[in-house]
Amino acid sequence: MAYLNLNNLSKSFKDDKIISNLNAQIDKGEFFVVFGPSGCGKTVLLRLLSGIMMADSGEIKMDNQIINELHPEERDVSMAFQNFALYPHMKAYENIASPLRAKNKNTPEKEIEEKVNEVANLLKIGHVLNQFPKELSNGQKQRTSLARSLVNKPSVVLLDDPLRNVDAKIRFEMRLELPRVLKEFNTTVIYITQDFREAMALGDRIAVLYDGKFNDIDSPKNIYQNPSSLTTAKLFGDPTINNFNATIKKQNDFVEINVNGENFKIKRNTNIQDGDCIVGIRPEDITLSNISSNNSIEVEFRTKTPLNLRIVFLVKLKNGLELLCSTTEEESQLIDEKSRMYISFKDEKSHFFDKETKRNLE
Amino acid sequence: MKINIWSILKFFAYIAIIMFFLFPIAWIFNMSFMTNDEILRKVPVLFYEPTFKNYLGLWQGEIAIEGFATMYVYFKQNLINSAILSVGSVSVTLLLGVPAAYAFARYKFKGGEDIAFTLLSFRFAPALLIILPLNLYFSEIGLYDSYFALIWVYQLITLPLLLWIVRGYFEDISPDIEYAYRLDGHSWFQSFWRISIPLAKPGIAAASLLCFIYAWNNFVFALILGSSAIQPVTVGALAFITASAIPYGLIACGIVVSVLPTLILALFIQKYLVQGLSLGAIKG
Repeated sequence: MAYLNLNNLSKSFKDDKIISNLNAQIDKGEFFVVFGPSGCGKTVLLRLLSGIMMADSGEIKMDNQIINELHPEERDVSMAFQNFALYPHMKAYENIASPLRAKNKNTPEKEIEEKVNEVANLLKIGHVLNQFPKELSNGQKQRTSLARSLVNKPSVVLLDDPLRNVDAKIRFEMRLELPRVLKEFNTTVIYITQDFREAMALGDRIAVLYDGKFNDIDSPKNIYQNPSSLTTAKLFGDPTINNFNATIKKQNDFVEINVNGENFKIKRNTNIQDGDCIVGIRPEDITLSNISSNNSIEVEFRTKTPLNLRIVFLVKLKNGLELLCSTTEEESQLIDEKSRMYISFKDEKSHFFDKETKRNLE
Repeated sequence: MKINIWSILKFFAYIAIIMFFLFPIAWIFNMSFMTNDEILRKVPVLFYEPTFKNYLGLWQGEIAIEGFATMYVYFKQNLINSAILSVGSVSVTLLLGVPAAYAFARYKFKGGEDIAFTLLSFRFAPALLIILPLNLYFSEIGLYDSYFALIWVYQLITLPLLLWIVRGYFEDISPDIEYAYRLDGHSWFQSFWRISIPLAKPGIAAASLLCFIYAWNNFVFALILGSSAIQPVTVGALAFITASAIPYGLIACGIVVSVLPTLILALFIQKYLVQGLSLGAIKG
């Protein structure tokens, strides 16, 4: 039995359906990442879970108790806000101590001090506890806000894109550090992000939110390798997945792809029907070479640019179709752009999507 | 050093502005230590022997002016009345206005904007327009000549003022800060009391000061709606002008004394007026 159950959760503002019939089961201690493009309702979902907003319909069950109607202070849930939301008139120490003071008015000061220091040291902000929020750097504000959400050891921690507003260096540090810190507290984490790399680096499971519901809920690896739809496939990957309309025909272990008169075969074991569909192939799953082979097609070089330690080539097929392929730096140096170039699709790597619904056909 | 003609002009401009605003106050202060004779001299004197007779007279309630009969004034009582009325008005305004401002800032409810605007529109009507009907009503229901009635009427001036100033300050506080406090486990009221109010303090302080000044300086309501028993200094000062004499020294002295409380309050509140308290806790 899952620890946190979201059943048919819906929320709309006037006629705008932000979340409709959303379902999920989240286990205790799980690091659950909610990923989606901006404006897809991620923050609204967190607000429903925290009690800042009330759902129109559906239920939220925590530990087998329905908590829909509970006020924020009555739920065993804490949250770190994207904009930090620190109390400007209190020092960092008091900010972090706030949940402890709320829980029990008679908590001895010594116990509060111990707990604040413990979590502050864990997050490496022990030296700034005596400063006001405006005196802290963005990274320190961020850590203070995280410390505040963790100090009380809540059952569920909601993190609303906490690394959004810190610079790249701190973001990278925190991405490494966060799982370690959160493990210590052994809480269920619901983490919101719109960076697919962050999602894949942190999540035990990723839920992909768009059109008001979770379209995929799976491990990072599975979502990347087997996306449920073209939309999901496009959200994961940089540069985005190549996709084009084609007619396909199965031949034993091979699939013959016909796109605008150009024919090529790829090795692919699949059970899909012959016919029209959208073919998706990630840039890194296309091999680029100056030597033609059995299943390769000739392309024309357009341009290339470096991206995240890889080199991305834009090439054009004879029929006008443009594709992105990415290679490692070393591979790119072996390719002579002025002579003939050929591409071939790596075995078993392409995806087939329905033309209308954009669902994965496999 | 090169002397810039503009900097010299600017210097004299500042002097002119300071003279324009501060000279009358300085002169009144000066007058309050003079006898009537010295004040009325054709060529004003700058050097004289200061006298405390005016202040003493004000305090004792009677003063003898050369060549006239002894005058009796109730200035002490007027001052107490002013204090009761102003402090009372500001307290009531704070009690009603701050929660109302919060409600207008945070919650969208039906007719909310209309109510807020109606309250503001109370300030559009000239006092003289409503004073006669008010006088009739108050006589009818027995409220004439009571502190309660005046404090009530003063709300027409002070409540909209505070409401509209403080509302803006509440709107500037990110709701996320309040939500964060509630997620820590505090109740709504605690978040209002420990987060919203302290963060809106500069606004509340500024608005209270303005309300106090308006209440303290009000003349017309107190003149019509109360007898001398509850009249503040603004109205009480009228008694200084009699058919037989105009004791300028005493009037100057009364002005100095009645300006003092507002001045002290303004200096005291100044440190709360410092802006930028909420800067830096919220990103973006």
